[in-house]
Amino acid sequence: MADVLELLLRVGCVFVAFLVLPLLVGQTEHKVMAHMQGRLGPMYAGGFHGWAQLVADGVKFAQKEDIVPANADRRVFQLAPVLALIPYLVALVAIPLAPGLVGAELETGLFFVLAVMGIGVLGSLMGGWASANKYSLLGAFRSAGQLLAYELPFVLAAASVAMAAGTLSLTGIVEAWQPWWLLWQLPGMLVFFVAGLAELHRPPFDMPVADAEIIFGPYTEYTGIRFALFLLAEYAGIVVLAALTTVLFLGGWHGPFSDALGWLWTLLKAFAVAFVVIWVRVAYPRLRSDQLQRLGWQVLVPLALVQLALTGVVSVVIS
Amino acid sequence: MSTVRVLFVLLGAVAVGSALLVVTTRQIVHAALWLVVTLGALAGCFLLLTAEFVAWVQVLIYVGAVVVLLLFALMLTRAPTRPDPAARTPNAWFAAVVAAAVAGVLVTTLVAGFSGAVIDLDRAEIGGARVTGGAVFSTWVLPFEVLSVLLLAALVGAIVLSRRDVPNRPRDAEAARDTEPARDADDRERSSS
Repeated sequence: MADVLELLLRVGCVFVAFLVLPLLVGQTEHKVMAHMQGRLGPMYAGGFHGWAQLVADGVKFAQKEDIVPANADRRVFQLAPVLALIPYLVALVAIPLAPGLVGAELETGLFFVLAVMGIGVLGSLMGGWASANKYSLLGAFRSAGQLLAYELPFVLAAASVAMAAGTLSLTGIVEAWQPWWLLWQLPGMLVFFVAGLAELHRPPFDMPVADAEIIFGPYTEYTGIRFALFLLAEYAGIVVLAALTTVLFLGGWHGPFSDALGWLWTLLKAFAVAFVVIWVRVAYPRLRSDQLQRLGWQVLVPLALVQLALTGVVSVVIS
Repeated sequence: MSTVRVLFVLLGAVAVGSALLVVTTRQIVHAALWLVVTLGALAGCFLLLTAEFVAWVQVLIYVGAVVVLLLFALMLTRAPTRPDPAARTPNAWFAAVVAAAVAGVLVTTLVAGFSGAVIDLDRAEIGGARVTGGAVFSTWVLPFEVLSVLLLAALVGAIVLSRRDVPNRPRDAEAARDTEPARDADDRERSSS
């Protein structure tokens, strides 16, 4: 009984984090983008610097009519946003904040998170097809093509860290981590981060939702709360990617006073990564489809393979 | 029955039921989506059989990559959002007979090979990466290598089929005769299409 209660408590905490962290990232995005582009951003809702803007947005989305197009495949259309969001919630369960501070300790946690993250794209594929709209369908194509190109370097880069640590457990990887890995695993980290951005369709890899060409890609026909779920999935994805980059490559809870403040270090590092995600959105223009495929297959995949070989050689030499 | 057994039976029922829907649904994209349910339930069965690593690999490879590729290919074809009359074929009964025969062979093999095998959940080692890796690279290393050669052959075949700049293939040779020899492969492809 105590085990069940503890599990429920842990999952509850993860759920709360899942509700709070994406909103924090969203608010940060509003403010950081505004400052980087020399404008104010939302300033009125809630008084101080528009802190309640996201809450107001949420209320607005919930009030809007939920429309399903006449020619759409109703059930698939309605299920798609849920399927886009749930995988990130499930992935968050396995990511540790500090030793013992994790939703569920899994021996093969890394594989679990990667496997679950790969499901998210089904949401945009289903939405794109079920909308019965050519722009949605084109967006779904782009989304799938992008995933196929970037899934391989994503998994290979993660495999490199697992090889270096000699374990697939996320807690085990952080415990094996040492500061010089920052240099050793640097190519892997870059590949992982870039491929992760592409998987989330974040700019500069937002070709699937390129508004100037195909309106809003797979999400064109969505309104109200279902559209909000897709947006939430994007921010939850940023949280998962940032936390995973922190845990795999940046040493998680390692830092001064890490015995007492380990969880704070993990959160700070994750937010720093999330900041970079936002920064990249403001700084780089969107990639064309051929540029995107070339970057994936001709730069990231070879780089990930080189990193894998390097990890293998160094591991053998130091052991 | 213990909780694990009940769960296993439930997941098995979901897997079989959704697999039937894969072959009976009139909408081809729905078939691919039901396949996701089948594969997911199968991953759950693996998990209950203490094969944790295999379960996550099942999700990563089959749900995350194979089904996405399948959906991608299906959407490139004519895949309407309404029931498609073309999805019904007069060969259905023949396909059902073949499927039943294959299922019979597989079930007989499994029962003959593993009938009565029991996993003691209290003492069983969870099939994480270490156990699975040990089994694949010691006991099953020959099948593993044979499979990798098969995959390599498939890869090489795919590259050969998709290459347009091999001069000895008849269509390309014909196209090359029509154009100046100095043109590059791209131009040749354009003129042949």
